[in-house]
Amino acid sequence: MPSSVMSTSSRGGVPQPPAAVSAVGLRKSYGDKTVLDGIDLHIPAGSVFALLGPNGAGKTTAVKILSTLISSDGGQAQVGGHDIATAPQSVRAAIGVTGQFSAVDGLITGEENMLLMADLHHLSRSEGRRVTAELLERFDLVDAAKKPAQSYSGGMKRRLDIAMTLVGSPRIIFLDEPTTGLDPRSRHTMWGIIRELVSDGVTVLLTTQYLEEADELADRIAVLNNGRIAAHGTADELKRLVPGGHVRLRFTDPAAYRTAATVLRQVTRDDEALALQIASGGSQRELRSVLERLDSAGIEADELTVHTPDLDDVFFALTGDTGLPHQTGRTSRTSQTQEDVR
Amino acid sequence: MSSLSLAVRNSTTMLRRNLLHARRYPSMTLNLLLTPVMLLLLFVYVFGDVMSAGIGGGGADRSEYIAYLIPGILLMTIGGTTIGTAVSVSMDMTEGIMARFRTMAISRGSVLVGHVVGSVMQCVASVLLVGAVGVAIGFRSTDATALEWLAAFGLLVLFSLALTWIAVGMGLSSPNPEAASNNATPLIFLPLISSAFVPVDAMPGWFQPVAEYQPFTPAIETLRGLLLGSEIGHNGWLAVAWCLGLVALGYFWSRSLFGRDPK
Repeated sequence: MPSSVMSTSSRGGVPQPPAAVSAVGLRKSYGDKTVLDGIDLHIPAGSVFALLGPNGAGKTTAVKILSTLISSDGGQAQVGGHDIATAPQSVRAAIGVTGQFSAVDGLITGEENMLLMADLHHLSRSEGRRVTAELLERFDLVDAAKKPAQSYSGGMKRRLDIAMTLVGSPRIIFLDEPTTGLDPRSRHTMWGIIRELVSDGVTVLLTTQYLEEADELADRIAVLNNGRIAAHGTADELKRLVPGGHVRLRFTDPAAYRTAATVLRQVTRDDEALALQIASGGSQRELRSVLERLDSAGIEADELTVHTPDLDDVFFALTGDTGLPHQTGRTSRTSQTQEDVR
Repeated sequence: MSSLSLAVRNSTTMLRRNLLHARRYPSMTLNLLLTPVMLLLLFVYVFGDVMSAGIGGGGADRSEYIAYLIPGILLMTIGGTTIGTAVSVSMDMTEGIMARFRTMAISRGSVLVGHVVGSVMQCVASVLLVGAVGVAIGFRSTDATALEWLAAFGLLVLFSLALTWIAVGMGLSSPNPEAASNNATPLIFLPLISSAFVPVDAMPGWFQPVAEYQPFTPAIETLRGLLLGSEIGHNGWLAVAWCLGLVALGYFWSRSLFGRDPK
């Protein structure tokens, strides 16, 4: 099991930093569909933790449970030192949540949305106005402050959403896919915002399907697949799971693609793209051996690229080669693919 | 902060939010007022001669029919206004903002309380508007005392509260605002099969019990009695019982729907 390799649970009596979020064996199913199949989390205070996984992996469900929006079917979790099941109101007082779908009131203006939050956090009138003005300024929403939120662009809505989350100065912030659907520029703005939050000492749990994003922002990453944590650790630790990177060969001729797949044996296939991945450190010797085998079979690849290991490799290795959730044969497939990559 | 003062404070905030919506987007509320006003004008000016012949043992004139009609139209106005409540509750439930409210340390029920209080206030405003139309076309209360006016107002508020809670339940149980609008339609059409437009006696015998004991008829008869001095009889108690029953039903229904885990 890969997670045992990267386990962050205490080993050899090393004291753990205080956890902002910790969970043991969280489970959730809808009917006979298991969405979370027992996940454990330990997020140190003041760190950024990324839950990385494809659509349907259970990321949103995990955030919903930890933010007390829905209840779990099994397992325990503490958020900000409070149990999510027995003291949900204390948990709510400690957290801020920005969900996947914009949690703004579209019918009223951005400023009114902010003042609404200030009211619900029991800020005085002047304090509410001050915080609102400050956050609108910080999130570049001053010009749009008097316009109804439903007229905002995706990026503006997301910024307003986070600004609203910050009104109560939460110590723990959940961001569910904060950049999904944003254009590249808004995405980079959002990254800057998240980095700023962390420098204030806030703990951030974010979910993402973008490996680059997890790599950029997170101190620790858990790869979630089919409701289980396939691996967790720092980006570097995860990258070490796939030493040496890989060589990628792309074909236009399906026949050549199939022959190459047989000739090279230890490959990961991408049938749609007609591409093969071969584990390789990219050394001259290794490359030559690949090319020689292709030559001897009389095949020519249309494109050859050498990849140094990145989180993509880890992700594909752990979650199956296409990155899509597999309903059956998951365990065998995952370990098989990992074998191949190694 | 005690949980009660928290609830009051949060509910006040939510009420302000709902009133802001109503003020910013008055078209929906005003559209819902069209039905009772149109029916009022239709029945008075188009059907008025025929209708007035059917009340008070025949030979009544149009102004008597206006007097007969107004109490039912006012209660129908309440029914229409609460359709808007069902729609806005349903809109809230389909929006992401609800997830935010549920993950904040606020009083859980404040969202619904805000809707309920806001809806009752809108009902009162609507009744005043439609009532003003009634007065403009000649409605006059014959001999109501101050106490009777107060009782009439109390009845209208209580009736608004009852239909509001039912509408909130309808809004919560509907998958989207369109469905909520459809599901809440009976609230404005139930008066058509009450004593609002014609006396129950004038309906077929098999149908009379339905018309007589549905929630609108006792409330209409009570309002008539208070404003126009007609016989109230057992209708007063029936109306209050219906209202309290509907409030309880709507409240517990809404509470169980709202307490569920969102999808």
